[in-house]
Amino acid sequence: MKYDVDEQGFYGDFGGAFIPEMLYPNIQELKSSYREILNDDAFKMELASLLKDYVGRPTPLYFAKRLSEHYGANIYLKREDLCHTGAHKINNTLGQVLLAQRLNKSRIIAETGAGQHGVATATACALMGLECIVYMGAKDIERQAPNVSRMKMLGAEVRPVHSGSKTLKDATNEAIRDWINNQDDTHYIIGSVVGPDPYPDLVTQLQSIISEEIKKQMDGLPTHVVACVGGGSNAIGAFYHFLEDESVELIGVEAGGLGIKTDKSAATLALGSRGVLHASMSYLMQTSDGQVIEPHSISAGLDYPGIGPLHAHLHDCKRVLYSNVTDQEALDAANRLMRLEGIIPALESAHALAYLEKMTFNPTDKIVINLSGRGDKDMSTYINAAT
Amino acid sequence: MSTLKKVLETKKEGLLNIYCTAGYPQLNDLPTIVNALHDAGVDMVEIGIPYSDPIADGETIQQSNAVALKNGITIDLIFEQLKQCNKDIPKIVMTYFNPVFKYGLEHFCQQCQKVGIEGIIIPDLPLDLYESTYKKLFQTYGLNPIFLITPQTGKERLKFIDELSSTFIYAVSSSSTTGKTTGINEGSAYLSGLKDLGLQHPVLVGFNISTSEDLALVHEHAQGGIIGSAFIKCLRENASPEEACHAFVKQITNC
Repeated sequence: MKYDVDEQGFYGDFGGAFIPEMLYPNIQELKSSYREILNDDAFKMELASLLKDYVGRPTPLYFAKRLSEHYGANIYLKREDLCHTGAHKINNTLGQVLLAQRLNKSRIIAETGAGQHGVATATACALMGLECIVYMGAKDIERQAPNVSRMKMLGAEVRPVHSGSKTLKDATNEAIRDWINNQDDTHYIIGSVVGPDPYPDLVTQLQSIISEEIKKQMDGLPTHVVACVGGGSNAIGAFYHFLEDESVELIGVEAGGLGIKTDKSAATLALGSRGVLHASMSYLMQTSDGQVIEPHSISAGLDYPGIGPLHAHLHDCKRVLYSNVTDQEALDAANRLMRLEGIIPALESAHALAYLEKMTFNPTDKIVINLSGRGDKDMSTYINAAT
Repeated sequence: MSTLKKVLETKKEGLLNIYCTAGYPQLNDLPTIVNALHDAGVDMVEIGIPYSDPIADGETIQQSNAVALKNGITIDLIFEQLKQCNKDIPKIVMTYFNPVFKYGLEHFCQQCQKVGIEGIIIPDLPLDLYESTYKKLFQTYGLNPIFLITPQTGKERLKFIDELSSTFIYAVSSSSTTGKTTGINEGSAYLSGLKDLGLQHPVLVGFNISTSEDLALVHEHAQGGIIGSAFIKCLRENASPEEACHAFVKQITNC
């Protein structure tokens, strides 16, 4: 495929494995085996069966009638919010846990921001009987208390991270450090299409089931596919099988925070420049001295100063349009979906929905919005915003 | 000849390389610390250019990086401070790829040459990228790359690293982040095998050396030792950086 990763682990100028020597054996082991494992028939069968009976796939592609009437176009929601654990993250964690078993790793580590990836990892580990340690920024632990409890109930150990800004970026650093210190028995499940090669491709392949299903569920091609982007895993999942269908407009929506003209934003492609964060070359928000800037978003899942290298490439070669919406626009869009369709979306997904306000439509347009997660975890934010 | 190569050629054993973080503990302490380390008899210094996300570093060095950044350290300021440092002691810098990349690799190399930096450690710089893209640039400005090897580094790769090296090779005592406090003993089997690796370049050992016993063990098996976290802790606990330097060197060399 035209947009797939090359032999050196790059998408155009982006990607690679900027890792210290201590991680070289782990990354080599993964790189040399992941494609073969993903393509192995027994692996595929086991994963497909879990995705069907345990996760509840295929998730529906729902024609949102009242939302469509509101905008005067045909709007479909890809219901990843109906996955077990409430978001698309489990597509990746189940695949990686099966992969870890084949690599004979008994200990799983992960990072998490909002806690969705942490919960999905803890779930997959409980299912397989693997030890699970989740790194989470101390600040995120405070603001995402329900997910912290869920992870613990599922048997995971949640380790608070007090370094740096105490959020997702620092949790990722700490997970990488754990992996350096525990190489033999540990597999690191990265939650997004970020990190050193081969992670961006590994997670892309595991999430690409989203667009594979959309393609089957739809009568013909959509005109647009819209998804929110933090690191970018749900977006890549929703875009992947449409990348070579040039007629389909693909739109990634970043978290604008209080607005990209303020210093409280997480819109990496609007505000960032080239550099290396978490071991891959991409765009990131940084100072002129190359220090990483702490982002801001109302949504903890989009509160990340970098973006996956494939997104950076798709941005540079203009295959995907990247835009951004503010915290307030996302809240408004969430409320609209609640009232018109009876669905409470995750704040992350609400960013994709908010982009509808910025579009002009033909009545025949068929727009797919990837509803990447449900809003249970965001109740306190919604309640605070309503009062 | 560069002062770094000269030291490596003339002092075949017992080398001591001390790491400090620029901008730590106070913004402008670097010249004081480098000069005091020189006076105390340290053979070379490794100057850490702080980064917000130092993934190979343990808690102690993470914290010194964070404090230095909070103090307002910048790469340009570090180059200014280096002009005030003693010229005789060999100096290398250690940082991560992103600050150097963002600063501009060529500009960075030029500035290093101007202030007498002779070696550079960038733990997350991939070897193949170095060879294909940056090798010529480094050579133009006399900046010697120093690569890490670990107990898990395979034979082929050791050979490749040896070929790309021009001064010394940095062997980490065990595959870990910096500053583990479990001591160096668990790596002693690896240390005793270092001389049999067949490397052309001298080896200095770093990571997890915190006592004079650790250093003595390293000196038995390699040309020198590199100490970071233990020294940063000493700076943290001592009001005078100058005194900390002298006290630390005295204690770690046991004389």
